[in-house]
Amino acid sequence: MNLEKVIFGFFIFLAATLNFGFFVGEIDNPAHHDIYELFAAIVVSLVATVLKFGDRTQIGAVHLSTSLVADLQLIAAAMVWGYAEHVSGAGLTPEMTARVVSLSGGALFANMVSVIILIAETIMQRR
Amino acid sequence: MTPLSRHHSVFFLILRRLRAPLILLITIIAVSVLGLTLAPGVDEQGNVHHLSFFHALYFMSYTATTIGFGEIPYTFSDQQRLWVLICIYMSVVGWAYTLATVFAVLADRNLRHAVSMQRFVSEVRHLSESFYLVCGYGETGRLICQALDRLQYRAVVVEVDEAKVGEIDLHGYAVDVPAISGDASNPELLKFAGLTHPRCIGVIALTNRDPANLAIAIAARLLAPNVPALCRAEHRDTAANMASFGTQHIINPYERFSETLSLALHAPAAWHLLNWLTGLPGTTVERHRDPPRGNWIVCGHGRFGRWMVDAMDAESVPVTIIDREPVPDSEHRWVKGDGTGAATLKEAGALEAAGIVAGTSSDVDNLSIAVTARELNPDLFVILRQNHYTNHALFDAFESDITVVPSEIIAHECIAILSTPLLEPFLNEIRRRDEAWCASLLERLTERLGWEVPGVWSERINLRNAPALYRRLMRGETITVAMLLRSPANRDERLSCEVLYLQRDDDDHVLLPDDDTPIRAGDELLLTGMPGCRGRFALSIANEHALNYVLTGEDLPGGWVWEKFARKTESVRTARLP
Repeated sequence: MNLEKVIFGFFIFLAATLNFGFFVGEIDNPAHHDIYELFAAIVVSLVATVLKFGDRTQIGAVHLSTSLVADLQLIAAAMVWGYAEHVSGAGLTPEMTARVVSLSGGALFANMVSVIILIAETIMQRR
Repeated sequence: MTPLSRHHSVFFLILRRLRAPLILLITIIAVSVLGLTLAPGVDEQGNVHHLSFFHALYFMSYTATTIGFGEIPYTFSDQQRLWVLICIYMSVVGWAYTLATVFAVLADRNLRHAVSMQRFVSEVRHLSESFYLVCGYGETGRLICQALDRLQYRAVVVEVDEAKVGEIDLHGYAVDVPAISGDASNPELLKFAGLTHPRCIGVIALTNRDPANLAIAIAARLLAPNVPALCRAEHRDTAANMASFGTQHIINPYERFSETLSLALHAPAAWHLLNWLTGLPGTTVERHRDPPRGNWIVCGHGRFGRWMVDAMDAESVPVTIIDREPVPDSEHRWVKGDGTGAATLKEAGALEAAGIVAGTSSDVDNLSIAVTARELNPDLFVILRQNHYTNHALFDAFESDITVVPSEIIAHECIAILSTPLLEPFLNEIRRRDEAWCASLLERLTERLGWEVPGVWSERINLRNAPALYRRLMRGETITVAMLLRSPANRDERLSCEVLYLQRDDDDHVLLPDDDTPIRAGDELLLTGMPGCRGRFALSIANEHALNYVLTGEDLPGGWVWEKFARKTESVRTARLP
């Protein structure tokens, strides 16, 4: 067992689970989506991205790109949230909530791909 | 040395090193922002108010980067200030660590090497002109690079010493010389330096270690079999090894000089001719005293001394050898000692000897031997071996008859091979001819061209180099050597250059073709002459108008309109001599 692999896998799975946790619920109901969960998803996703830096293999490159996509989607979601709360003046309307959640849904897909790659890589190695 | 395959990944190297500080930074900011949203504050009406993530991130961004705009949106409560205090110190540590890592990465030797390697590789890859790969930038390498620069060839340098690589930048070549520090015997590095590049037209191995030169020769033979290799070899077994797998040009400076010396001993005129033709262009050759036959003394029986003894043996000149560790044999007289003292020299017979070779590997010893020997016997013919170029002031001050500088011998040889491939067969021809023939040729050439070292160059009559002449020859005109060697400025004046050697395509050649020899398309000429002649001759054979004037004395009309006019009034003139 390799501690580095444990930490790597931990962050990738955590990013996916947090993202999923934020995503589930009615798409336009603000009560189903917690801001702290979104924050945690962003931070964990960023850390996972940095952990993937510096791997020159083909799989490493795909890993990194999925993470970058997830970051981008989640940060966009956070920005929409911030816009709704502070700039638009109307607060977090169902419409805005739907936007935020659908963006995080995209990130969830990227995170899922990342998880699948990780599993595939593990199965391929057989040791 | 760092593994070469990693040089591609400078970017990844930086990222890898920055992982830890970046994660620390993300964690610190995340914890700070989270804490700020949780810490209770008070708004204007005295209600409990929590910072939103938006405000918290905004606040942390300007606080952590030490910009500091103040407390928003309301003045902070003491709970919040307590947390901010912790955040400030955490973020300062985070930033300091990140910056320190960034600078450490940038200053890292491996990284700098990787960056310079990457730049070198891309520079070499994008070379669009023919270039030579020069391995080893010592004294010889520098001379070669200068010569290549003058001949308008590009060069790529691989040198093991980083300080010498830095010297290349300071030298100021006309064109940029890509250089990298590294071990040239590493085939990977040779590949990066362009060994397998389609524009690589030659590999020149000049490192001062024979094994490295051998490794380069093998790499060149296997990786780029069509690229000619010029290799320096100072040991006989290295040279034999190189020859065994077909290295084209093996240059052993000592062997080369020993050949020259044996030539000088039996055919001084040929030797002078050789000196005159292969000297550095622009210098004047002094007529040396011919090396006398008689008793010779060789000091130092090392790599150089052994070749000298061989040369003397071949000319059956009696030799006395002075060496610290004598290996007595039946043919030579051996004296134990180092030759720097008068007693040893006297014992070796310096008083009645004809010449002495100071050939140890120490410059100071060699000078000491030469000075002592001259004092004992002022008529002694002195051959002095100079090992290091930096000592040249001392060697210039002592008037030896011949000073042997290995680095210069190699450089001359390389330059001759590179610039005029025809010179070698011509020189071989000279070595085969008898003394009287050489003497008369030397007399004839120096009378016309003077004792200054002439330019020697070859010219191929093909469509690329000599379009005008080539077209005329293809039309079936007969043009002789004498018709061409005229000044394009004034055809009554003969160019002060001579054709030494004429190479026909079908392995046929003419040595010193006379004036009436007709030139054929595809011929290659070896010419020697005054510095300006090369350009004028090249103009005559390349330019239609210049050639017409040289051959017929008529100025061709230039431009389409004048050509039309001229064609009406006169038919094409045939070539005639004035």
